[in-house]
Amino acid sequence: MARAMTPATPPTLNRASDTATPRRDPTRSFQDMILTLHDFWAAAGCVILQPYDMRMGAGTFHTATTLRALGPEPWNAAFVQPCRRPTDGRYGENPNRLQHYYQYQVILKPSPGDIQELYLGSLRAIGIDPLRHDIRFVEDDWESPTLGAWGLGWEVWCDGMEVTQFTYFQQMGGFDCKPVAGELTYGLERLAMYIQGVDSVYDLDFNGRGVSYGEVFLENERQMSKWNFEVADTDGLFDLFAKAEAECRNALDSDVPIAAYEQAIDASHIFNLLQARGVISVQERASYMGRVRDLARSSCEKYAEMMAPEWEAKFPGWTL
Amino acid sequence: MPDFLLELRSEEIPARMQAGARGELEKLFRRELEAANVTPGDIAVWSTPRRLALIARDLPVATEATREEAKGPPVGAPDKAVDGFCRKNNVAREDLEKRDVKGRDTWFAVIEKPGQQVADLLAAAIPAIIRDFSWPKSMRWGEGSISSESLRWVRPLSGIVALLDGEVVPVVLDGLASGRETYGHRFHSARPIAIDNPDDYATKLREASVIVDHEERADRIRTGAKEAAQAAGLALVEDEGLAIENAGLTEWPVPLLGRFDEDFLDVPPEVIQLTARVNQKYFVCEDAANDGENRLANAFVCTANIAPANPDVVVDGNRKVLAARLSDARFFWELDQKKTLEQHAEGLERITFHEKLGTVADKVDRVAKLARWLVESDVIVPAKTGTAVGGSSGQQQIPASAGMTKKHLADLAEQAARLCKADLVTEMVGEFPELQGVMGGYYAEKEGLPQEVADAIRDHYKPVGQGDDVPTAPVTVAVSLADKLDTLAAGFFPLDQAPTGSKDPFALRRASIAVLMLLERNNLRVGVYDAVKHAMMGLSVWKDNYRFLTARVSSRLKDMAVVTPDQIGRYGGEPLVLMRNMKVADGERPQITDAKLLSLPQTQGNLLDFLADRLKVQQREAGVRHDLIDAVFALGGEDDLVRLLARVKALQSFVETEDGENLLAGYKRAANILKKEGWDAASSVTPAQAGAQNVEDQPGQLGSRLRGNDDELEQTGEEDPLALAGKPEFDAAIRETGHPDGKSLSYSPEPAEKALIDALAKAEPTAAQAIENEDFAAAMAALASLRAPIDAFFEDVTVNDENPQKREARLDLLARFRDAVHRVADFSRIEG
Repeated sequence: MARAMTPATPPTLNRASDTATPRRDPTRSFQDMILTLHDFWAAAGCVILQPYDMRMGAGTFHTATTLRALGPEPWNAAFVQPCRRPTDGRYGENPNRLQHYYQYQVILKPSPGDIQELYLGSLRAIGIDPLRHDIRFVEDDWESPTLGAWGLGWEVWCDGMEVTQFTYFQQMGGFDCKPVAGELTYGLERLAMYIQGVDSVYDLDFNGRGVSYGEVFLENERQMSKWNFEVADTDGLFDLFAKAEAECRNALDSDVPIAAYEQAIDASHIFNLLQARGVISVQERASYMGRVRDLARSSCEKYAEMMAPEWEAKFPGWTL
Repeated sequence: MPDFLLELRSEEIPARMQAGARGELEKLFRRELEAANVTPGDIAVWSTPRRLALIARDLPVATEATREEAKGPPVGAPDKAVDGFCRKNNVAREDLEKRDVKGRDTWFAVIEKPGQQVADLLAAAIPAIIRDFSWPKSMRWGEGSISSESLRWVRPLSGIVALLDGEVVPVVLDGLASGRETYGHRFHSARPIAIDNPDDYATKLREASVIVDHEERADRIRTGAKEAAQAAGLALVEDEGLAIENAGLTEWPVPLLGRFDEDFLDVPPEVIQLTARVNQKYFVCEDAANDGENRLANAFVCTANIAPANPDVVVDGNRKVLAARLSDARFFWELDQKKTLEQHAEGLERITFHEKLGTVADKVDRVAKLARWLVESDVIVPAKTGTAVGGSSGQQQIPASAGMTKKHLADLAEQAARLCKADLVTEMVGEFPELQGVMGGYYAEKEGLPQEVADAIRDHYKPVGQGDDVPTAPVTVAVSLADKLDTLAAGFFPLDQAPTGSKDPFALRRASIAVLMLLERNNLRVGVYDAVKHAMMGLSVWKDNYRFLTARVSSRLKDMAVVTPDQIGRYGGEPLVLMRNMKVADGERPQITDAKLLSLPQTQGNLLDFLADRLKVQQREAGVRHDLIDAVFALGGEDDLVRLLARVKALQSFVETEDGENLLAGYKRAANILKKEGWDAASSVTPAQAGAQNVEDQPGQLGSRLRGNDDELEQTGEEDPLALAGKPEFDAAIRETGHPDGKSLSYSPEPAEKALIDALAKAEPTAAQAIENEDFAAAMAALASLRAPIDAFFEDVTVNDENPQKREARLDLLARFRDAVHRVADFSRIEG
């Protein structure tokens, strides 16, 4: 299924002179697909960010999405966010389930009137022709009790496969989004598998020059699955959870809600690890989720309340 | 007369909301017209994922002018009053007119409303319609959403077409202006298209690859999917819900057939169908096999929203998605089989059934015991060898349980009950909850469990509501009935969990209807009271407290001097029964306020009332006259449902005959006389009516209950004189002493009187015997023989004779006639 770890031929590097104008081929290269999306959204006016340097379950947790969805200021950004979902690990043996994968996030605030057309343009850019492929917007609303957030939108289907989550944020941290932001979340591996026509994620061509996704990530999946499910020290994790929770409170008390929010993200991931280790009972589960929710919501609320005077000054008439 | 077109274009409207949205649009449009007294011609409403459209025919060009006059205060009234009147009617003081009202000068306001152009009216109506539109969920969007008061719609509203004939009705709403331009298909028609008038709307859209009529799209899907299957030599599994849903997801539907790997067919067909339908909205197909039984084929039909350049590309993409989904399903199917159902069942200890009543494992334990009891107490018996009964699939078949012993049946019932919920913790049911039961059945078969057990696990949720198949296989019936009785018993604990109005969190209505259907369909002879009590006793909360409660109630009643030790002995200390039969001097029931003491009998009573009410509703819906149901229910003393229904049916047939009608007329006349003469007190009731009398005494407590005279419930034997009630031989003996017959009269009866006495003497035992034999038609026939004698009696005999002895004897005779009729039903409840 997956390619061998060692490439048959030693990797070669091009010199700058060979590639004065890089030609992207998003249909043959995972990284070209990402770069094409970057080009597309940069041209559309987005800030191209790098991933948040913390372990998180979804791109939505990135402060560029959550915290920036609050307040009246316009904000347009795009970035790749690695996502960690410990319970989804399959030791590298399942062709489309991973404990670590990439999401591509676009956040557009306020949501532009042509956001659907923009999005479809990005699909065309990476090689999906909507007259060859059946693209559909199928109802799928989004809710994150953890973040006190919800929105309406769709999952976007390409020939029956969900390739993007499309959401108009209505509330974040318990506050109405004023204005509403449009959020696009592309499942990058899935999209690339479709475009490249491969049945296993590990067979994806990563760079268009023969390096496979498996070469990059298969061993990670094996080891991380084992650690997530079997090895991670649960006492230590419980301890870390408690510390993150305490530090979050400490940061909140000291009026640094962004720092508090980071601790909430940490607590959330540690909880996911404990879940994967199978040491949280059904009864305890609800209680832990409630604790994480409290941290995340308190951080968002504090952030919004702290920023409100500035926002209200900049946008007369606007209130939280 | 002009036609009007309104198109509200938006981003994709969820398929499930479109039907409701069409209704809402028409409703609001009509509301606006009605407010202006405008009557439209035909109104058509259409929807696609990207638009709602309404075309109203034959509107007037303008509304008619109206003139109204309002009477105000008299001339000379204080200024305040006059000014107020002017404000209210929006007229200037100098415009008021003076009129003479009964010789008094009075101010009048003349309010003239000029006719309004319908175009203007519509221009005002459209924003109102959009703002008042109610969606299941709505949202804000775009720059306007910087205010939380901005316009809401199901998804961003992107365009308004409003045309009255050829003219645009101008509307501006949150920066969105109406016009005549709209867009066709998202991919097949890039440029805007201009609509000239309402008539060319559908045509223009069709040219732009949009079929605006949702019905037409659904039709295309139905036909196209069927043809695609036929072209592949297969038969489509039709699915109306899918046709409508796909019509709501497409503007230009193109059904396409694809194939999936045949190996997936090892997975149960229900799983494949659900995977395809729920996750992907695909139809599935069947092979026509030689044996006439269709089998699922390895094919699906998806509905594309484009006419694809190369259909194979679209089909192949969909095939891959389905394959991934089916791989997951097969993974679950295989994983689940690595454990036996018994092992899965252990997991039920972790699922809460009811916070006060423990886990699903506890419930399963109760159901298993109850299922066994139902067999051991002969409520459910093994099917007779060779008797064909309907299987759950409706086919005639010889039951596998034919000829088995009671012990074997009880064992199978208990085994099936112990495993019936095990599939709730399997991966597959976790993924597809609607497959509960079905998966358990498959896993039981795979495990090699007896077929009766597998069938019972699969079908024990049935019947789910009226019209569903009712199980008939004995093992299945035992498990299904036990499951539902337990749900009822548990659902009525603690007090006040009984369904009210639309709230029925435990689905108790459904459970009770299922109980009634199971009893009726399978002719199960069980006292409902016994069954309910047994189910309740399965709940440890009752069982543990039962003795305690019983003792407390008894002693409390004794303390209150309303019950004697003798009575406690006679009624076996059953709190419910004791409470019912207690009467203190002033006729009041003892007031016991201790909720705990009351809870048990009340719960029993509530549950029986609830079942009785369901039965009434069910029978009424089945077309049985409600007064006949009441007439039989009012008798009380009956908790054998099968017998009760037989009586209702016989009564229904009887009252529709001429004999029945005349007998009813005679009965009413007799009852009226007795009432007028105040003869009720003197009527010596037979024990059979004692129950009925109790019913009358405590309306609301016993009135609708299946079983009125609870003194029969816990017969303790000879020491209870009432235990013999209802036995015809004793009734006859009791009558000898209480009722007049020919021999004991102090005078010579008139011929018609004698004839009635004789007819009664003959009809009473015949009817009683027939009732004993449960031949209610025969009982009615015996009553019918009284028709001529009672008619003749009223014709020839004066009841109110001067001789008090004669009068008394005749009133007694009428009472006896009335009571005889009451043995069959309470005719006073019958209308007509």
